[in-house]
Amino acid sequence: MTTDRAHSLKQLRRMLLVRRFEEKCAEVYQQQKIRGFLHLYIGEEAVAVGALAALRDDDAVVTTYREHGHALVRGISPDAVMAEMYGRATGCARGRGGSMHLFGAAQRFFGGYAIVGGGLPIAVGLALAEQMQATKRLVACFFGDGATEEGEYHESLNLASLWRLPVLFLCENNFYAMGTALARHAAVPDLCAIPRAHGIVSESVDGMDVVAVERAARAAADAIRETGKPRFLELQTYRFRAHSMYDADRYRDKAEIAEWKKRDPIELFVARLKAASVATDEDVAAIEREVSGEVERAALAADAAPLEPISDLERDVLAKVVP
Amino acid sequence: MTRTTYREGIRTALRTALHDDPRVFLMGEDVGKYGGAYACSLGLLEDFGPERVRDTPLCESTFVGAGIGAALGGMRPIVEIMTVNFSLLALDQIVNNAATLRHMSAGQFAVPLVVRMATGAGRQLAAQHSHSLENWYAHVPGIKVLASGTVQDAHDFVLEALADPDPVIVFEHQYLYAMEGELELGPARASPWRASVRRAGADLSVITYGGSLPKALAAAEALEAEGIRAEVVDLRSLRPLDDETILASVRKTHRALIVDEGWRTGSLSGELATRIMEGAFYDLDGPIARVCSAEVPIPYAKHLEDEALPRVETIVARAKELVARRG
Ligand SMILES: Cc1ncc(C[n+]2csc(CCOP(=O)(O)OP(=O)(O)O)c2C)c(N)n1
Ligand SMILES: [Mg+2]
Repeated sequence: MTTDRAHSLKQLRRMLLVRRFEEKCAEVYQQQKIRGFLHLYIGEEAVAVGALAALRDDDAVVTTYREHGHALVRGISPDAVMAEMYGRATGCARGRGGSMHLFGAAQRFFGGYAIVGGGLPIAVGLALAEQMQATKRLVACFFGDGATEEGEYHESLNLASLWRLPVLFLCENNFYAMGTALARHAAVPDLCAIPRAHGIVSESVDGMDVVAVERAARAAADAIRETGKPRFLELQTYRFRAHSMYDADRYRDKAEIAEWKKRDPIELFVARLKAASVATDEDVAAIEREVSGEVERAALAADAAPLEPISDLERDVLAKVVP
Repeated sequence: MTRTTYREGIRTALRTALHDDPRVFLMGEDVGKYGGAYACSLGLLEDFGPERVRDTPLCESTFVGAGIGAALGGMRPIVEIMTVNFSLLALDQIVNNAATLRHMSAGQFAVPLVVRMATGAGRQLAAQHSHSLENWYAHVPGIKVLASGTVQDAHDFVLEALADPDPVIVFEHQYLYAMEGELELGPARASPWRASVRRAGADLSVITYGGSLPKALAAAEALEAEGIRAEVVDLRSLRPLDDETILASVRKTHRALIVDEGWRTGSLSGELATRIMEGAFYDLDGPIARVCSAEVPIPYAKHLEDEALPRVETIVARAKELVARRG
C-alpha cells in the first residue's frame, strides 16, 4: 500500500490533521475556549486513520468519547468539530454534544458515546438493521480496552455472533482505562480470547502501523461483507497524553511513555514513506502547511461563530411534541 | 366492537403492526417460541417468522440498545422487556442513549423505538418481580411514557407508540393481562397523550393510571352507593402529563385523590400533587390526598402484599375523608 503514493499521502494527511487539530484543542483548552472533558487521541491516530480507510461511505461508525480523530477522518469538517467543542451553533451538534458527542448523519457517523461500553449495543442494532434490510453495509464500532470488562461488551459480542451481524469490532487497546493498566483490569490480557470464545474471528494488530491497521481492517471488512459475520480487531496503541485534561497522569512511568513515543505512528509512517521514496521532506512539509492552515482557520471560525440562541434550549428533545 | 382481554388486545395490535409495516419487528426474551412471558405474542412467530419475531439471549441492556440501533438504522423495533424489574439492566440504554440521541445530535438522529414492559404487583411474586417504577422513566426528557389501564388502550398504545417518531415506553400492568373489556378496531380514537375522564363526578377527582384504574373505578362505584360522586381521571400518558385535563377535573370537583401504585416517596403522585398546587391551588377545597404503596419491598405473603398495595377499600376510605372535610 505504501507504493500507492496518492493514498499514502492522503493517509499521512489524515493523521497529521488529527494530530495538529488536537494539539490546537489542547492549546485553546488552556485558554478556556474549550471546557468540560477533552480526551485526546494523540498517539493513536493510526488506528482511526487505518481502520476508517477500509470502510465505504455508506458504512456506519459508532465510537467513544475519544473520537475527534474518527469524526475528522470520516469527513466531518474541522470547522464543524472545532465549533462543537467551542459550544457554538455552527458545531456538528449545535453545541449540544461537545467533544464527547460528535455526530454526522451525512457521514453516517452515529456518534461518540461517553458511557463506557454503551455504544456497542447501538452498533449491534445498526448492524441488525443492515441485515434485515439486506444491504451489504457494515458497522464499525470503536471502543477501548477498558470497555472490554463491561457487561454490554460481552452481551454485544454474543448477540452479534449469534445473529451473524455485520459489525467490525475495533478495540483500541491503549493499555489503560483511565489510570488502570490492562494487567490490572483484565484477568485475561489477550483481548482476542473473549471474542474468539464467542465465535468471532479475531486478530491482534500493531496499532502504531497505519498500513498494518488498514490491511487488517480491509481483510476483516471484506470477510464481513462476504459472510455477514462480525470480526474483531485488537489494535495495540498508546495515548501519549493524559486520559483527559483533568488527569495528572501519575500512574504511568515516564520511561514507558518515552518508549512508546519512539513508535509515534506519524513518524513511523513518514520514515517508511521516505525510505520507500514515496514521499519527500517537501511533500511532508506541504501537508503540514495545509493541515496547520486548516486547523488555524477552524479555530478562528469557531471563535467568531454565533452561539445557539437561548430560545432554542429545548429544541430537539422530541421529534413531535404532544399532545 | 368485540369483547376480549387486555393480553389479546396487545396481541392483536402486534399482529396489525407486523402485518402493516415491514420495518416493524418484535424482539425480546421468549417473545417467539415461548409466546411471550405473558403470552402477548403467542402465535406471532408462526405467522411472521424468526426474522420479525426475535427471541433474544438474556441481555436486557444489549437488546434494548440493539433496538435503539435498529431504530437509528431505519427499522421500527418493538422491544419487549419481560418486566420493569429487569428493565433496570437496560436503564443505561434507555436513559443515556434513547432519550439523549436526538438532542445530542441536534436533531440529526431519531430513535423511533417502542419498548413494552409489564409493571406492577398483585400476583404474589415478591419484591424483585413487583416493582412499579413508571415514574423513573417519566422523569426523563427525550422519551414518552404510556401506561394502559383498559383493553382498548392496551391495544391502541402499541400502535400509537409505533406511529410516534420518538422513543416510547409502554407499560402494561401484569395484573391486567387477563382483564376483559371492549375492543374497537379501526382508525382514529382519542389521542394517547390526553388523559381520559373514565367516569364523571362532581365531588372529587380520583387521578390514577394503569393497574390502579380498575381499582379506582370500583371505588367510585362503591362511593356512588354512598352518595359520593367521584370523577375518575385516567392519565394514560405519564410523560408528558396532560395538565389540562387533570386541572380541569380538579377545578370542577375541588378535591383531588391520587392513586399510584408507586411508593409515595419521590413518586409520580408527588409530581401530580405539585402540578395541581401550581395550577389549581385556589380551586381546592382541601389538601390533596394520596393512596400509594406502603414503603416496603413488596412482600410475598398474600395478606401482606394486599396490605402493601393500593386497595379499593383504602381508596374509598380516603375519598370519604376528603369529602367529609367540606365542613
Ligand atoms: C460506564 C462508565 N464507567 C466509568 C466511566 C468513566 N470513564 C471514562 S473513560 C474511562 C476509561 C475507559 O478506558 P478505555 O475503554 O480503555 O478507553 P480509553 O479512555 O483508554 O480510550 C472511564 C473509567 C464512564 N464514562 N462510563
Ligand atoms: Mg484504554
